[in-house]
Amino acid sequence: MKATRRDFLTTAATAAGAAAAGSFAQADDNEPGHGHAHQHDHQVVPSDLALRVKSLESLLVEKGLVDRAALDALIDTYEHKVGPRNGAQVVARAWSDPAYKQRLLTDADKAIAELGYGGQQGEHMVVVENTPTVQNMVVCTLCSCYPWPVLGLPPVWYKSAPYRSRSVIDPRGVLREFGLELSEDVEVRVWDSTAEVRYLVLPERPSGTEGLSEVELAALVTRDAMIGVGKVPARTKEGAA
Amino acid sequence: MNGVHDMGGMQDMGPVQEEKNEPVFHHRWEGRVFAITRSMSAWRKWNIDTLRFQRELIPPAEYLRMGYFEIWLTGLLELSLKSGLVTRPEIETGKPAFGSAKLTPALTADKVPTLVAHGTPATRNVPVAPQFQVGQRVRARNINPLGHTRLPRYARGRFGTVERDRGVFVFPDTNAEFLGEKPQHLYSVRFTARELWGEQSSPRDSVNVDLWDDYLEPA
Repeated sequence: MKATRRDFLTTAATAAGAAAAGSFAQADDNEPGHGHAHQHDHQVVPSDLALRVKSLESLLVEKGLVDRAALDALIDTYEHKVGPRNGAQVVARAWSDPAYKQRLLTDADKAIAELGYGGQQGEHMVVVENTPTVQNMVVCTLCSCYPWPVLGLPPVWYKSAPYRSRSVIDPRGVLREFGLELSEDVEVRVWDSTAEVRYLVLPERPSGTEGLSEVELAALVTRDAMIGVGKVPARTKEGAA
Repeated sequence: MNGVHDMGGMQDMGPVQEEKNEPVFHHRWEGRVFAITRSMSAWRKWNIDTLRFQRELIPPAEYLRMGYFEIWLTGLLELSLKSGLVTRPEIETGKPAFGSAKLTPALTADKVPTLVAHGTPATRNVPVAPQFQVGQRVRARNINPLGHTRLPRYARGRFGTVERDRGVFVFPDTNAEFLGEKPQHLYSVRFTARELWGEQSSPRDSVNVDLWDDYLEPA
């Protein structure tokens, strides 16, 4: 590997580059259930952010500009109700029902609405199909556009500078970092979400899944496969990936 | 504006780091910023393009330093001030100005399910003729506006093919600055990777970009 600026600008890279890679401070002490492991060497968020937001919220509530119950409802929606399980059901239906798959590829909004999904940040959906020779991959180079109704809110890496910058110029390199090594025969199609159209990738149905129910199929579908940075792993007879 | 937000094609930003079992929000305040932003947008003092533009106006070094929801918070504060919904002393003290009337929130809890389920469509049902046809060769204009644009730098001046006509959509460049929605056709334009990045790319690969009439010219 060739030397890069990062090799000697270690301090700057920690402060800026890594922050762009996905900055989040250490989990708040008063937050139970957030004891996940992630890198803590790029803590750059000022510690008073929590206080600033608390002060802003109380101001806006007092002025009657926001409703605290509405805030709770919005957070609850995206923490518990809307997420990649929705998209997984869409994919499983498409794998099970060829007529549905056809509808999904021709009018995604209507087909997704058949399963009861749609709305905010998924008003104009397009589904693109992976095949043995085509790998689709979705990005938003300009901000963080993502199909909320079927995938929920985007993960930090999707919104980060490394993914936004490199997915269009070096998609194969990015896919390799996700563990996906593609042969030169495979065509990589990157979809940059520059407008209000939101993309969902229909992954390939893995082998060894014949005879599985829609519910069982949906359980196999990963978020990353629906963004196009992963594949749904093939299953063995024993059911292990 | 040729800001640092327009990242497509930049290099050496580091590896993509995936976090296992990532929570939707890493901190309570992030969820609050998300929800406050959506609630404040319900006052319709700004639109989604204004909001994106405001975030793009964050100075580049700051933009890179900030985490995602800090960028949201900064954009929200700026627009709340500009629109007059709050004043700077109110932000600084966290208290409403003396004698200010208490309003009824634009977004109440009972309206949340409808907002989430219906969203805010960006299509417009107006008769506007498309300037380009599916299959047509086009060139993305070489424009460098100081305002908001959704034409990424890496596509400017490049040749591509119109693959789909997505219909008539609000035009972000004017909408962001309250200069009108200027509805026009939006297309999925395919650029080969080699057209964008040269010989280092695979001859099979491509990038599809959603581009409006005003971003394109005949090739």
